[in-house]
Amino acid sequence: MSEEQIKNLEEQFEARILRDDKIEPKDWMPEKYRQTHIRQISQHAHSEIVGMLPEGNWITRAPSLRRKVALLAKVQDEGGHGLYLYSAAETLGISRDEMFEQLHTGKAKYSSIFNYPALTWADMGAIGWLVDGAAIINQVALCGTSYGPYARAMVRICKEESFHQRQGYEIMLKLSQGTQEQRDMAQDALNRFWWPALMMFGPKDEDSPHTAQSMKWKLKRKTNDDLRQQFIDQTVPQAELIGLTVPDPDLKWNEERQSYDFGEIDWDEFWQVVKGHGPCNKERMDARVNAWEGGAWVRDAAMAYADKKQERKAKQAI
Amino acid sequence: MKENLYKYILGIADNSLILGQRMGELCGHGPSLETDIACTNLSLDLFGQVRSCYQYAAKILGDDRTEDDIAMLRKERDYLNVLLVEQPNRDFAYVIGRQFLFDVYHHLFLTELQKSKDLTLAAIANKSIKEVSYHLRFSSDWVKRLGDGTEESHARMQEAIDGLWTYTDELFHQTEADKEMVAEGIGVDVTKLKETYYNNVAGVLTEATLQVPELKYFQKGGKQGIHTEHLGYLLAELQYMQRAYPNMEW
Ligand SMILES: [Fe+2]
Ligand SMILES: [Fe+2]
Ligand SMILES: [Fe+2]
Repeated sequence: MSEEQIKNLEEQFEARILRDDKIEPKDWMPEKYRQTHIRQISQHAHSEIVGMLPEGNWITRAPSLRRKVALLAKVQDEGGHGLYLYSAAETLGISRDEMFEQLHTGKAKYSSIFNYPALTWADMGAIGWLVDGAAIINQVALCGTSYGPYARAMVRICKEESFHQRQGYEIMLKLSQGTQEQRDMAQDALNRFWWPALMMFGPKDEDSPHTAQSMKWKLKRKTNDDLRQQFIDQTVPQAELIGLTVPDPDLKWNEERQSYDFGEIDWDEFWQVVKGHGPCNKERMDARVNAWEGGAWVRDAAMAYADKKQERKAKQAI
Repeated sequence: MKENLYKYILGIADNSLILGQRMGELCGHGPSLETDIACTNLSLDLFGQVRSCYQYAAKILGDDRTEDDIAMLRKERDYLNVLLVEQPNRDFAYVIGRQFLFDVYHHLFLTELQKSKDLTLAAIANKSIKEVSYHLRFSSDWVKRLGDGTEESHARMQEAIDGLWTYTDELFHQTEADKEMVAEGIGVDVTKLKETYYNNVAGVLTEATLQVPELKYFQKGGKQGIHTEHLGYLLAELQYMQRAYPNMEW
């Protein structure tokens, strides 16, 4: 293809995105678009499956059968999200094995929030309420993103995430109506998860290198700071409603902006965790790598069996 | 009669509770995303069945004990599950082997329980059997895949079946509560399931190119509350919250 032709294609491509046309797997797309999408979608998929770990660790200890069933169903949903998202990424020409490889070698990232430990039952509430809550705010915007398979996966996922968010909040509500010990447990969980949840929206806009390009491709519709503000404005009244205190002494309603002002995020902590030195980075990766390596013989067996079955069928056909 | 019915229900529910708990341990650690989701699904189904049973058991008790009290606040010796279901997740072959050896029984059992004169139990069986048919298909397929897969998977699957075989005979033992319930037309005569069970199991194992173990020495005791050492640890996790924070609502 001549340079002229490529330029032409690129112009048509950008025009389609402007018109809100969906880009489908077989359509021509710039290489950078493909790579950016592989990176973002696989990162999102990894977040779903690494995200199974902190909550999975409470399944065996859930305080009631009803909660156990709900938690199992939630964690299973997250696995399902991983599945759709890996499939969406595969349409861009990368295999699931390659994506796992990138995760396990640290080349691909996942959401840093999952590098914080889930220490008490209340953390199941805080994670659903805050982490799924923050995820929804990030993801609702993506339901209208330009890449068709990603946008469609997002629509499906967002519905379930908002169910998770309500379920998490309901756990917190129940604790707040309980004994002093239960209320303390809820407050402690909020204290530990509040700031990491705010960090889920990523660095401040001035430190966020991909924003402009991502906005153009509708991989982002609002900036990190706007989304973070939206989350805070939505969540603070929810905390108040159940008698919990947001652990930020600088938090104050700003009448003029009709928004909350809030304190400075500890960006050193943010970068430390992103760079792999959070409280659970190593555990999370070990768990994933062990599951993958420990399961290799199972996957090999399934493949060998499928091949044998195919062969037998072929022989029968003759 | 009430005491026997209560114990009878526990015998059914405890099997699913303990197996569900074992499967729940795997969540997030499966050999592939698909198997991970499938194992979680099995666990979910089992806990769903368990809830119906314990709710019924609580109704029979008629005091203020709830499904959770019954599920989580008994002592080790009061759990009536068979030894098979409490065996640990040594590897995926053990997980599948345990599931398969239980599913074949579970399916036969529920098929009969649907005819129970106790309409609640019949309804629970009727609802559960759809799920358990799926479990049985899932575990049988995996026994075949692993048995007839690679050399390594074959060896592991055989080892799991050999290791778990000693716990199969207990499935067909009758307790006093069982006998009473059979006489009343409520319970299932498990002794009558034994032949079909071993035939069905042998059918799948053979198709999976595995040997049917010839072991003649069997373990028993679960139905009397005499368990393997594994159960205590499982219960420690299961009961942790209820023990550490008594009399609270969640
Ligand atoms: Fe999710
Ligand atoms: Fe998500
Ligand atoms: Fe979620």
